[in-house]
Amino acid sequence: MQMARVIGDVVATRKDDALEGIKLLLIQPIGADGASAGRTLVAVDSVGAGVGETVFFVRGKEASFPFHPTEVPADAGIVGIVDHWHVG
Amino acid sequence: MLLARVVGTVVATRKDPRLVSHKLLLARPMDPHGKAEGNYLVALDTVDAGVGDRVLIVSGSSARMAAGMKDCPVDAAIVGVVDSVEVTAGD
Repeated sequence: MQMARVIGDVVATRKDDALEGIKLLLIQPIGADGASAGRTLVAVDSVGAGVGETVFFVRGKEASFPFHPTEVPADAGIVGIVDHWHVG
Repeated sequence: MLLARVVGTVVATRKDPRLVSHKLLLARPMDPHGKAEGNYLVALDTVDAGVGDRVLIVSGSSARMAAGMKDCPVDAAIVGVVDSVEVTAGD
């Protein structure tokens, strides 16, 4: 898993049926120092995250597991909201 | 998933039989502000997207979870046509 900041949202009316009703959020992966690290992604949300929050997310097929048994075509999914973190 | 802009179509007569009758589009990933980034992708279209559309691309093995893609040799599928992208916190 990786940490990211939720920076916005994406709206799509025409989409895969399995994505219906699922929130799509724009996330910016971050490093341990909180600085942006890598490309901005669109992630599915299963924990009720919102813009401005720090979250952690999974990549790959695992992104769809929170929605089991529905097979959601997602390769990035927010699975936790970070309250705080500490390095060292 | 990645945001991308559809920039063209790809036609292939000889291809894996499981890809027959699926539309292939050429897409360029972009950042939320519309700036192109990274290399072009050949993606299978599952939502009837067209050239010029902003789309949502799912990549890797998750692409096979898109409608009708079961057991297809695919690692990039277009699963949504984007209406709007709103960046409300700094990136």
